[in-house]
Amino acid sequence: MGNRTVEFELNGEAVRVEVEPRTKLVDCIRHRLMRTGTHVGCEHGVCGACTVILDGESVLSCLMLAVQVEGRSVTTVEGLSPAEGLSPLQASFRKHHGLQCGFCTPGMITAAHALLTREPDADDDRIREAMSGNICRCTGYLSIVEAIREARAAYGGASSMPAGEVAAQ
Amino acid sequence: MKLPDLDYCAPASLEEVVALLSANADAKIISGGQSLMPVLAFRLNAPSVLVDLGRLQGLDRIEIGADHVRLGARVRWIDIERHPALRTAQPLLVAMIDHVAHTQVRNRGTVGGSLAHADPASEMPGFARLVDAVIEVFGESGPRELSAEDFFLGPLETVLEPTDVLTGVRLPAWPAGRRWGFQEVARRRGDFAMAGVAVCFDDGTDGAVHDMRAVAIGAGSTPVRLSGVEAFLEGRVLTAELAEAAGATAGQEVSPMVEDAGEADYRRALVMTLTARTLKQAAGLEQE
Repeated sequence: MGNRTVEFELNGEAVRVEVEPRTKLVDCIRHRLMRTGTHVGCEHGVCGACTVILDGESVLSCLMLAVQVEGRSVTTVEGLSPAEGLSPLQASFRKHHGLQCGFCTPGMITAAHALLTREPDADDDRIREAMSGNICRCTGYLSIVEAIREARAAYGGASSMPAGEVAAQ
Repeated sequence: MKLPDLDYCAPASLEEVVALLSANADAKIISGGQSLMPVLAFRLNAPSVLVDLGRLQGLDRIEIGADHVRLGARVRWIDIERHPALRTAQPLLVAMIDHVAHTQVRNRGTVGGSLAHADPASEMPGFARLVDAVIEVFGESGPRELSAEDFFLGPLETVLEPTDVLTGVRLPAWPAGRRWGFQEVARRRGDFAMAGVAVCFDDGTDGAVHDMRAVAIGAGSTPVRLSGVEAFLEGRVLTAELAEAAGATAGQEVSPMVEDAGEADYRRALVMTLTARTLKQAAGLEQE
């Protein structure tokens, strides 16, 4: 089918791209706009690796068409990374060994960022629930939950104490 | 896992949607796309045109009235979760929808999409059957209404015509004090249910069960009303023993559709156990 022009905001920057209507958002981001931070895992909505933030909410970019983000704002892991060094959330993942091979990490970072932006006081149960759509085959998840818990302070949320100690204060 | 070649339209009115569906025999509606996109990725379907409901105004409303709650077709799971009044107005709906999928899918998936997709393991179709919801449709001859009882024909199959748009669903007002229970078993929370059971009833002044309703999901080709359980319990005072007996009845009312015979037996056993548990949950009886 004939190509379409799509205009949207990617990581704060206006982009304009020509795509086939069938092009998935994730393929548009990676192959047309060359932002390869967003990873393609299962391509059918079960692994969470391709999570991006659409107008403040986490979504799977393999379950959206590029043409559907016309006029909207998309944030990928590149948009959450400072020019130099790591964001507090990224630094927390590094500190707590919240990644090993790193394939799932862009999706983990975007999903966690969307969560903490909206719910900076999310407790461990909430973190686990909100992150349950992101699969990691390396870490066993405990370190990921720890990393997100400690990053809450950077979002204006609860102190970085472990959950039990916060409750005891 | 790339999609088949297709065209895409995002019209701004229902009339345009119907006109596009009429003009393209194999067109398909896309709303949240959280069921359709995997179907397309696996190439289980290859429509020539996707007609996106995303630009239609007003389909995302939740209206709480005296007689009913109306959910527009584009109301998302996350909208139900976040709504300040719905948890009181329709407590069982909210409890069931809490089990739908994971965060990212909840941020896109819609009420109308789930009803039209008609997965027999899905919570929304089960709830619609349980409370006898009215499903609102807009088609070639304008708006019309369908009963949830007649709506589901089989797995991923409904009475909707190819030129119909599901626009909303009306849920009868939830009586104050109505008791309910819901439980499902999934391999992981948020995954598709292997089986689930929802029950509700009103307390009579005689201490007996009135307007007894029960539905099973994941245990047949559509959501299944457990009419035997309903008839068995109507007008009786619910006890743990009756709940167990009702569970046995429920097992005879479902025919789980799975390839593996052992898994069918397991799902039937789940329905029996979950029926007893949800009845006890609703009645506030001790769980063993």
